[in-house]
Amino acid sequence: MKLSVWTYEGPPHVGAMRVATGMKGLHYVLHAPQGDTYADLLFTMIERRNHRPPVSYTTFQARDLGADTAHLFKDACQDAVDRFKPQAIIVGASCTAELIQDDPAGLAETMGFDIPVIPLELPSYQRKENFGCDETFFQIVRHLAKPMERTARVTCNLIGPTGLGFRHRDDIEELTGLLSDMGIDVNVCAPMGATPADIARMGAAHFNVLMYPETAESAARWMERELDQPYTKIVPIGAGATRDFIAEVAAITGKSALIDESRLRQPWYAASVDSTYLTGKRVFLFGDGTHVKAAARIARDEMGFEVCGMGCFNREMARDIRKTAKDYGVEALITDDYLEVEEAIERLQPEMILGTQMERHIGKRLGIPCAVISAPVHVQDFPARYSPQMGFEGANVIFDTWVHPLVMGLEEHLLHMFREDFEFHDDAGASHHGGQAKPRVVEGDQSPTPAASPLEFSDQKNADDNVIWLDDAERELKKIPFFVRGKARRNTENFATERGLAEISVDTLYEAKAHFAR
Amino acid sequence: MTYAPTPPTGGGCRTAPVLKERGQREVFCGLTGIIWLHRKMQDAFFLVVGSRTCAHLLQSAAGVMIFAEPRFATAILEEGDLAGLKDAQDELDAQVDRLLARRPDIKQLFLVGSCPSEVIKLDLAKAAERLSITHGPSVRVLNFSGSGIETTFTEGEDACLASMVPVLPETDARQLVVVGALPDVVEDQMLALLGGLGIDTVRCLPTRTAADELSVGPNTVFALTQPFLGETHAALLRRHARHLPAPFPYGEEGTTAWLATIAAEFGVDADTFAKVTDAPRARARAAVSQASEALRGKSVFFMPDSQMEIPLARFLARECGMQPIEVGQPYIHDALHGPDLDLLPAGPQISEGQDVDKQLDRARAARPDLTVCGLGLANPLEAEGLTTKWAIELVFTPVHFYEQAGDLAGLFSRPVRRRNMLGLEAAE
Ligand code: SF4
Ligand code: SF4
Repeated sequence: MKLSVWTYEGPPHVGAMRVATGMKGLHYVLHAPQGDTYADLLFTMIERRNHRPPVSYTTFQARDLGADTAHLFKDACQDAVDRFKPQAIIVGASCTAELIQDDPAGLAETMGFDIPVIPLELPSYQRKENFGCDETFFQIVRHLAKPMERTARVTCNLIGPTGLGFRHRDDIEELTGLLSDMGIDVNVCAPMGATPADIARMGAAHFNVLMYPETAESAARWMERELDQPYTKIVPIGAGATRDFIAEVAAITGKSALIDESRLRQPWYAASVDSTYLTGKRVFLFGDGTHVKAAARIARDEMGFEVCGMGCFNREMARDIRKTAKDYGVEALITDDYLEVEEAIERLQPEMILGTQMERHIGKRLGIPCAVISAPVHVQDFPARYSPQMGFEGANVIFDTWVHPLVMGLEEHLLHMFREDFEFHDDAGASHHGGQAKPRVVEGDQSPTPAASPLEFSDQKNADDNVIWLDDAERELKKIPFFVRGKARRNTENFATERGLAEISVDTLYEAKAHFAR
Repeated sequence: MTYAPTPPTGGGCRTAPVLKERGQREVFCGLTGIIWLHRKMQDAFFLVVGSRTCAHLLQSAAGVMIFAEPRFATAILEEGDLAGLKDAQDELDAQVDRLLARRPDIKQLFLVGSCPSEVIKLDLAKAAERLSITHGPSVRVLNFSGSGIETTFTEGEDACLASMVPVLPETDARQLVVVGALPDVVEDQMLALLGGLGIDTVRCLPTRTAADELSVGPNTVFALTQPFLGETHAALLRRHARHLPAPFPYGEEGTTAWLATIAAEFGVDADTFAKVTDAPRARARAAVSQASEALRGKSVFFMPDSQMEIPLARFLARECGMQPIEVGQPYIHDALHGPDLDLLPAGPQISEGQDVDKQLDRARAARPDLTVCGLGLANPLEAEGLTTKWAIELVFTPVHFYEQAGDLAGLFSRPVRRRNMLGLEAAE
């Protein structure tokens, strides 16, 4: 038993739904109780889909148990096939149905449909949503894709994008354009937008572009083995990764890697003087493995940040992230418990968080700016405008997104100069955020033990700290703008501890400042 | 007689034939109730014993994540727990110990059953009894089912309140108990109205904190504020309390009829009743008539969802001038819904249960001006050109009694007005 408050991933059948909902002409018959239909709203509300997900739930009730839940399942299959006329169906069980062991796969197979019936085995009590995507897509490909003659032109399949994916919609468009610039057509993009008939002709492509290892790596490996299609290992998120991806595709296809980069603004924006203030900002990264790995490289090599911690919530990527973390000289945090993530952030006191919607909330609580880089998704992660993460435009978008929560360069200097001025008082925050940027008190819950407000937090002494702040020093610390105050406190305390000082005076504060000056 | 609503001239719907459907349902399970119950009971914690699906449902239903540390969580069953039941009980003890050590502010702990815990027959009643002994008297541990195989959406609140009734102390005192979780501000308005009528011995279930006193007995009469409290109703009858059947207090008319039923029970005279209710009635009428302008003459179709459909249809038909086409409700209970069915003008198809695809076919054929449905269906129907009101807002928003009557009409009229305002065809 594991206590969970907020989860980064849903159950595996939600992963299967993401695949089914991304596709067309496929229907999912899910043996599940009525409450599990909540999952529809993820697609219709968060992603604003204008159709119900192609899912029929059996919605069995207590009184059906023991009597005839198997019959309910068969009826649901028949109704779905009659009503929606899919090209293929996938069948499976949610957590509850897994326990009653009706064997949906076996039942559906006996029904004699003249369309492919693809059974899913998704262990609900061991695995999670990303596994559900990966396994479902793999099973669909394994059942439907066949070796076949290659297209005359060089083509690839884009694999991995699903319903409810973080910017998948726009990443497809960006990569399609990038590949087209290289003279490569997209044969099939799947699961998003593909029909079962499209899956059947995936074998015609020369290679696969694995966009999201989380959702399509098993399929990529299978197609490499069975269809003799190599797949790309580099995920083109960030300017550097995009260039490497182009080189990788060029090596696979023999096409030229020289393509027009005039749309790529990110490197110049990062180099221009207004970005100087970004230098060495300490950032903490958390999300799915793929996005975190990409973000680490962007953060250090393309923005000039210092990565002070990183981690991912999907264990499938643990090895990769541990290795990446080592390269960056930090400890990897592999967990799906947001309280552990919060604890790590509190301890590390980064100046910015690059995380998920969960970390955005943690950041709000702690008064640390946050930009969102990864699923789990929120309605805000489906902006109306074109907003990819991949390719050159993706690099531009990421630059803007990451800089937005921060106080702007020139403004940071003004805050230093006028910190006593009423307009620039500590709580003012970045002026382009209006009132919103004020460090907030905990929203929503009025629990009797409210969490520290951000200011309390950054001004708080660590409980286990033996170093005492003298009043003068404490007052001096308060004059430092709020967004660097946490760092100043931490540095000064470390400085004092290292030197065995029991007290911090104004002098200690400035000695520490000189010591850490960069 | 202080007041009685006029029955519809063409008869009501109480005896109308009910279309009973059994097919795919598109509705939340009872766990959803935790989202509003935990806000109401400030010292209660809801521990769902379930699966990752249950945790995900709670998170999705909470929608805009109410962050901070909420007073609910899911103990997610893992492979190991499914193997041997004894282990699961021990595991649960350990989780509860840890939780209560971390949250000393918790005075009531609800162990909430889910489909998986029920299918593996994990005995939460036994667990609650055992944990009450370990952690009592400072913490009271109760259990109820919010599972999707036993409960539909709002029935979770019903199961929760029903679980509290058997442990209430016994009393012989003459008193009124008002049942249903209302926002504090609405509850205070109601208490003020009843106080004005001279009815002072009023208690509410649920109480705001565990320390608030509530007892029950043969001289207790009770009124329900929500139409989904069937189990609680039965549990109170078992404690020999007496139910005051009345229309539900939605809208000016519903509120007045509800209050009049109580006033009659307590022998309030017509003058006092008029003195207390005349001004707020007039206010409510004016507010409703203004807010419902866009609704007059429009048709409405209810998918079964919140279990509030029949009383709401009565409000929309009688006070907002709408024409209900179909009124679907997950369950219909004559003792609870009869008074509203009496007032709902004959005409609409009353349906119980669901077969979602067939019902959607009926809605598409009828092309109602407004469809009341769950969140999963709203955007797809909007995309087909149907205007919708999503039902979950009705349980999250204060809608009861006079001062909220206008807001209630506004919840329905806003989507209608919005569609009229938006000049561009949606391209999707
Ligand atoms: S329907 Fe059952 S399994 Fe699904 S969320 Fe509700 S209680 Fe959990
Ligand atoms: S916050 Fe306002 S003043 Fe400062 S850089 Fe942004 S737009 Fe300019």
